[in-house]
Amino acid sequence: MSAAIEVEGLVKRYGTLAAVDGIEFSVPPGTVFSFLGPNGAGKTTTTEILEGLRHATEGEVRVLGLDPWKEGAALHRRIGVIPQDFRFFEKITPKEAIEYYRALFHTRVDPHALLEQVELADKADARFDTLSGGQKQKLGLALALTNDPEICFLDEPTTGLDPHARRAIWAVIRTLKREGRTVFLTTHYLEEAELLADRVAIIHRGKIIASGSPAEIIRAHGKPARMSVEGSPALAAYLQMNLGASAVVEDGKVSVTLSDKGDALKVLTAIEASGLPWSSFTTTQDTLDDVFVRLVGQMDEGALKTEGTP
Amino acid sequence: MKARHIAADLRIVSRTYLRNPVALFFSLIFPIILITMFGLIFSAVGTGAVTLVVVNEDHNPQGGPTAESSAFLAALNSTSVVNVQLVSVTPQNFSTYLGQNDYSAGLVIPAGFQNDYLNRTPVNLTLYTNPEDASSTGTVVGAVQGVANGFNLRAVCSGTSCAPTIGFTTLNVGSQVYKYIDYLIPGLIGFAILTSPMFSMVDIASSYRKEGIFRQLSLTPITRAEWLTSRIVWYVGLTFVTAGIMIGAGIFLFNAHVQLTLGLIPFLVVGPFFFVSLGMLAGSVAKTPESAALIGNIITFPMMFLSGTFFTVSSMPMGLQEFAHILPLYYVIDGMNQVMLFSNTSRALFDLLVVLIGSVVVFLLAIRLFKWRDE
Ligand SMILES: Nc1ncnc2c1ncn2[C@@H]1O[C@H](COP(=O)(O)OP(=O)(O)O)[C@@H](O)[C@H]1O
Ligand SMILES: [Mg+2]
Repeated sequence: MSAAIEVEGLVKRYGTLAAVDGIEFSVPPGTVFSFLGPNGAGKTTTTEILEGLRHATEGEVRVLGLDPWKEGAALHRRIGVIPQDFRFFEKITPKEAIEYYRALFHTRVDPHALLEQVELADKADARFDTLSGGQKQKLGLALALTNDPEICFLDEPTTGLDPHARRAIWAVIRTLKREGRTVFLTTHYLEEAELLADRVAIIHRGKIIASGSPAEIIRAHGKPARMSVEGSPALAAYLQMNLGASAVVEDGKVSVTLSDKGDALKVLTAIEASGLPWSSFTTTQDTLDDVFVRLVGQMDEGALKTEGTP
Repeated sequence: MKARHIAADLRIVSRTYLRNPVALFFSLIFPIILITMFGLIFSAVGTGAVTLVVVNEDHNPQGGPTAESSAFLAALNSTSVVNVQLVSVTPQNFSTYLGQNDYSAGLVIPAGFQNDYLNRTPVNLTLYTNPEDASSTGTVVGAVQGVANGFNLRAVCSGTSCAPTIGFTTLNVGSQVYKYIDYLIPGLIGFAILTSPMFSMVDIASSYRKEGIFRQLSLTPITRAEWLTSRIVWYVGLTFVTAGIMIGAGIFLFNAHVQLTLGLIPFLVVGPFFFVSLGMLAGSVAKTPESAALIGNIITFPMMFLSGTFFTVSSMPMGLQEFAHILPLYYVIDGMNQVMLFSNTSRALFDLLVVLIGSVVVFLLAIRLFKWRDE
């Protein structure tokens, strides 16, 4: 089966600024793909190019096999979009908004059922300008679903929402995936990407700096897992000698790098065998968060250095 | 264009509108306020001296007015109940002239007046009055009668007979009498046709873009032409309501005389067609809501006053009259005047054609230049 979204060598320039600077990725149908990056990374620009709302400067983009810019009308019948900062007619209620979309798309969706799905049924008859931020996003989500889309594009759907509203949106995204839809999700919350996405691409300054499943990214870019116990430098020396492992002492803790999950057992056995006093062991592993902060940091430092050289 | 899309969008437009108290005020209450205000201001003007428009045909060999005719007019003026205003109009057109310019009294002094008077040959003046305007008719007839009596006494009784030589015939002003309020109705309908869509479309065009609502709509099957058409349909409906209010208020409050013909309908359709499209065009070329409002005002304000809205174009100075002919609203209002007052079908058709062609051009331009998405 061909990819739902296919991007090659995509560049978008605004004057001299390359908002998107030569990225490529592909999203298999039925998966959740998350575009993760700080503000100004180029997420919205990329998303809107995929939706046919902006014109790429260079590169090849295919969404459901269509050219979004030239074949927008055909594409829009098959995708659902919640733009960043979704806004709608102020005096119109969610129910009326869905009826409007239903008439435009000529579908038979039941407004009530759809509002139930996004947990907005209680506000079905409230005017848009009286809805909270989370409720507005939920309406955006409901509208994006009126045409039974094959792909949903969600551009920072949870930014600025309270934890409860955020969880409600996550639940809908999981449902979308269960229903076999492809989801393209941008976010700057790592937790969100890690929880929801099958694949993540980390974008920074218009470039993809890491991609893969969350676990793959951590494996490729994170520090190895470590086990630490409270113990003396003698214990460190013992472990070094008996395991050949690099054991270091930090803040009264002995810390050993684990290169394989079997290592943990070996290390514990060796500690016990040493007869030296020890207590409270912990294992630590990088999260996507650590990786993200490190990668972005490295890139910014690199960028600073190149900018600093004459 | 799909009727289903237009109908769906119309529901959004009407709800947005009906839920907005300011918009409702401007389309339903404001017309009544306007027509009442202008009706009262201008009907109050008539309480001073009555303007008596005079054509003096009695010239001396040098081409100036004869001494006796001048004396007669001076005497009339000195009564201070009439205010003599000389015009040069041929007597055949005089009645129509009075009617069209909303004068209620006119007097023609025929050629040979001085001669006949001095030779004691009976001579007849023609006095035009407006029978509907009883008080000014009484004033004018009384004044002319009084002055004529004085002249007759002074000149005639020295000789053999005391027969009066100066008499007058009274005729009605115009074939149709138009009052200010009659012009005010098409004028104010035109005012509403202009301002209501212009102000809101300019605002919508720029704010919907800023808020991303156009972007949102671009992701649905509705087209720009359908979207604009639904606004036009809405404003046509609104114009019918506004026109109904204006006409009703004019007739019941101020006793206006306008003809309610089907010929009015094309103007109530084409007018909003033009100005909704123009508002959209103005809003689309502007980059920000602020500059959109500025462009909108620059287009709207001259038309608001100079197209025959509050004052007839023929009462304006020549230069402004010429300027009015380049204003699209002039043709809308003039056309309505032709059908509602003068029953001049051929001129109304011409006006209609001008607005219709303009509308099609502006509509197509607006659709071309107004973009849903960043290009
Ligand atoms: N229409 C535009 N004109 C000029 N610069 C833009 C435009 N849109 C986005 N940019 C710039 O492109 C970069 C990426 O923006 P964006 O895609 O919105 O980032 P993100 O969605 O990741 O926060 C930013 O530096 C932004 O200022
Ligand atoms: Mg963004």
